[in-house]
Amino acid sequence: MINRRTFLASSAAVAGAGILGASAGRTLAADPIKLGSILDTSGAFDAYGKPMDMALRLAVDEINAAGGLLGRQVEIVAYDTQSDMALYTQYGQQLARVDKVDVVHGGILSASREAIRQTLRKSGVPYFYNVLYEGGVCDRNITVIGVTPSQQVEVLIPAAIKKWGKKIYVLAADYNYGQITARWIEKFAKDAGGEVVQTDFFPLDVADFGSTIAKIQGAAPDIVVPALVGGPHLSFFRQWAAAGMKSKIPMASTTIGIGNEHKVLTAEEGDGILVAYNYSPEIVSPANEAFLKAWTAKYGNTDQIHEIAVSHYQGIHVWAEAVRKAGDVGRDKLIGAIEGGLSFEGPGGKVLIDPKTHHAVLDVHLMEMSGQKLKVLESFTQRQPSDTQGVCDLAANPDDNTQYEIKI
Amino acid sequence: MDLAAIFAVEILYAIASLVVISSGLAVVFGMMRVINLAHGEFMMVGGYATIVAVKSGINIYIAMLIVAPIVVGVLGVIVERLIIRRLYGRLVDTMLATWGLSLLLIGLASMIFGNTTTGISPPIPGFAIGQYQVNGYSFFIILAAVAILVAMFAVLAGTRAGLVARGAMQNPAMASALGYNPERVYMLTFFAGSALAGLAGGLFAPLLGLVPTIGSAYIAKAFITVISGGASVIAGLVSSAVLFGATSQIFTLATTPMVGEIALLLIAIVLLRLLPQGITSRFFRGAM
Repeated sequence: MINRRTFLASSAAVAGAGILGASAGRTLAADPIKLGSILDTSGAFDAYGKPMDMALRLAVDEINAAGGLLGRQVEIVAYDTQSDMALYTQYGQQLARVDKVDVVHGGILSASREAIRQTLRKSGVPYFYNVLYEGGVCDRNITVIGVTPSQQVEVLIPAAIKKWGKKIYVLAADYNYGQITARWIEKFAKDAGGEVVQTDFFPLDVADFGSTIAKIQGAAPDIVVPALVGGPHLSFFRQWAAAGMKSKIPMASTTIGIGNEHKVLTAEEGDGILVAYNYSPEIVSPANEAFLKAWTAKYGNTDQIHEIAVSHYQGIHVWAEAVRKAGDVGRDKLIGAIEGGLSFEGPGGKVLIDPKTHHAVLDVHLMEMSGQKLKVLESFTQRQPSDTQGVCDLAANPDDNTQYEIKI
Repeated sequence: MDLAAIFAVEILYAIASLVVISSGLAVVFGMMRVINLAHGEFMMVGGYATIVAVKSGINIYIAMLIVAPIVVGVLGVIVERLIIRRLYGRLVDTMLATWGLSLLLIGLASMIFGNTTTGISPPIPGFAIGQYQVNGYSFFIILAAVAILVAMFAVLAGTRAGLVARGAMQNPAMASALGYNPERVYMLTFFAGSALAGLAGGLFAPLLGLVPTIGSAYIAKAFITVISGGASVIAGLVSSAVLFGATSQIFTLATTPMVGEIALLLIAIVLLRLLPQGITSRFFRGAM
């Protein structure tokens, strides 16, 4: 039996509960910040993409465990592009227009970066590309955390020339990365008194290098420099060792090791190859120790960690720093923070963002493969991305939207 | 001079690899007129069979030369019983069915092994010719190609089974009247063709990074070789493999690998324009 008094009391209670519930809901479940991820976690490039995805999840876990950003949790919206460049265009649009993410991290091959860069720029979604690449991208919407030729090739090639001799034979993947990097190799070889005697380009699905190995012997170079990319190209190193060339002509590579190739190849196949990257698990620093410990806690062991997984991890933390500093996830304030001398102490050393190019100033280490590990020979602290700095000034031309290429 | 020897080895190797890749298809298409679009995937299965066998401790030669052909041969028999035998004489339907089969095999391999690259190292070390090095495994492929051709010729020309198979292909009704079951002959021929595809997959496994989609890298070359060869199974296979292998390799060595591939395709187009029935429609006519 309901009389007027009890009815009023109960309906007031219901209404009160409703108001309380609504307000509690609003503070607890503040909309998460959406982080779009676009990586090849299957297919020919999965050796690069899978550890990058692991690094992404570790970084986001760390950010969320520390209370998120601006009181909001970070939520990952991830797509696997299956090593298919066509899927980048599709998922890039999906992230920008359907999922309406606040930032996109990802893209591995330079071809994939160029496939999504314009879409993200037009949609006003800030984009972080966290991979070693050929340099020259000048676009305020993008931030590049990876190593560029003036940081890597400029260290690697003179060291190889000093060690082994002047004649260089270049093998490069046949797309923008390989084509442009081959020209940088030529430039830095010339600057160091060396000479590129021949450059061969290979489509990404080529896996038989028999005739190339014969040709190289015909040219008799002092050094072979492979800038090869992906699973099929890995066959080169195997066939090179199988032909007994390992002891005849030494190698310096701009790409091997990025996808943990030194752990896939046997020690006999990999030993002695010279490389230069931002990261080696052997680096001794508090940041690296903490990183290795966190990775082990999440994944059991550190076998999967590689150069661009660490780059990706650093890229995500740099973005998080920028959000904290800007107090906003929106594009304009975020870019303001990026251009305000942003830096992050990562496992690969200090990452400082150069405001004029949106590229990173990084430590680089000259390393040699030895027993399936990267042994550090010499370290170069805080190298500038001078290749891009020479052509790009976003402070003077904020509307620039070009990838500059080196001319020889 | 030594360099010429190295280049000669590479040219021979290119020819041999075309023979190895195409021999299974030559048997299936050349004899049975069945277009097996899953040929590349049969090779892929052979490659995975080899890698799985090696990783479970079986000797690599047994894995390549015995395990891979048997696994793929049995797969071929199952496919023939379930699909192909219902479609004999229906060229387009067979193409469609085997294309579907190739997608199914790629999907299954991706599910089982993951869409990722796996591989094993070649078992033969390189050695020196003068001051130059060659890949010892190239010689193994060349030997294997010769062995495959000799075995095919011996079986087709020298044994009763080969005679019956050729007879049943030419005139199934007559073979049947003489007491041979054409169904059985078809099945065994398809087994042989599939086993050769499996052998090819096994032989190439140590040279490549294997992915579930590797078949597409072979299928075009295999078809170009077999179709350009024409009606004679062995003479056609050898003549077109020599032509294409030598051309592509000479261009590769003189310029770049890209030009080599283009040269191969160009010469195939010109050849098929001039000799639509293949090389053996004009040369080596009536050869095996």
